[in-house]
Amino acid sequence: MTMHLEHFEIRLSSDPRHLPVIRATVTAIGHAHGFDGHGCHQLALAVNEALVNVIQHGYGGRPDQLIRLRIEPARRDGREGLCLVIEDDSGPVDLTCIRSRPLDEIRPGGLGVHLIREMMDEVTYSQRDDQAGLRLTMCKYTPTAQTAANKESA
Amino acid sequence: MTAFDDVIANTTDIADGLVVHPAGDIDFSRSPNLRNELMQLMQNKSPAKLVINLAKVEYMDSSGVATLVEAMQMQSKRKGRLVLCQLQPKVESIFKISRLDMVFTIVNDEQQAVEA
Repeated sequence: MTMHLEHFEIRLSSDPRHLPVIRATVTAIGHAHGFDGHGCHQLALAVNEALVNVIQHGYGGRPDQLIRLRIEPARRDGREGLCLVIEDDSGPVDLTCIRSRPLDEIRPGGLGVHLIREMMDEVTYSQRDDQAGLRLTMCKYTPTAQTAANKESA
Repeated sequence: MTAFDDVIANTTDIADGLVVHPAGDIDFSRSPNLRNELMQLMQNKSPAKLVINLAKVEYMDSSGVATLVEAMQMQSKRKGRLVLCQLQPKVESIFKISRLDMVFTIVNDEQQAVEA
């Protein structure tokens, strides 16, 4: 079965027990779109952190709320990639509240947004058009030959 | 004896504390269990040194890291220590990206952790 796709959409409930399945799915799609093991791990970690933020902050831990995850092929500067779009129904959101804690402030939590920004090339939080919740769009592109070579020699 | 959904597979007593061996991925679906198990061990056994051997943890998300930060801070309040060992590559990378590799005591193997 080939996982190469034009458009992939999952509707899932906000139950943390779905996280391993989503990570495995995103990893498989990442492989099919040219990402290496490290890139696939980064995609899976970013989507995991984004879903945890929705479950924890958007839905206050309620496990029966709807989350939509859409995955689409993308291209930038000749590089192939994937865009992942996550939408929830958590209501109007103050976008200025979405930020990481300062890394030198050692306390539990507050790292999810930092990890997402580190893992992905483009990250955009926005209100859904109907203001009914949050939309996170995050894209990642396969490394160029040069960056792959730099990584090898590092 | 461990329950089916326990994260800590087993524990070993050492001269000045305790070594715990969690197993499996530690994400937001399992980190609350890890937190409960660690808190219970720290309350019941009050180990001067708590070694967490992560050899059997291939994946950890920020909620797992947060649980370990909380455990480290609890140990610190009690004048105890927490040492991590045998971090797998994906787990090690999340500590580095969060710059927590500079905050935790992290060593290569369990022997070093026991002697640290």
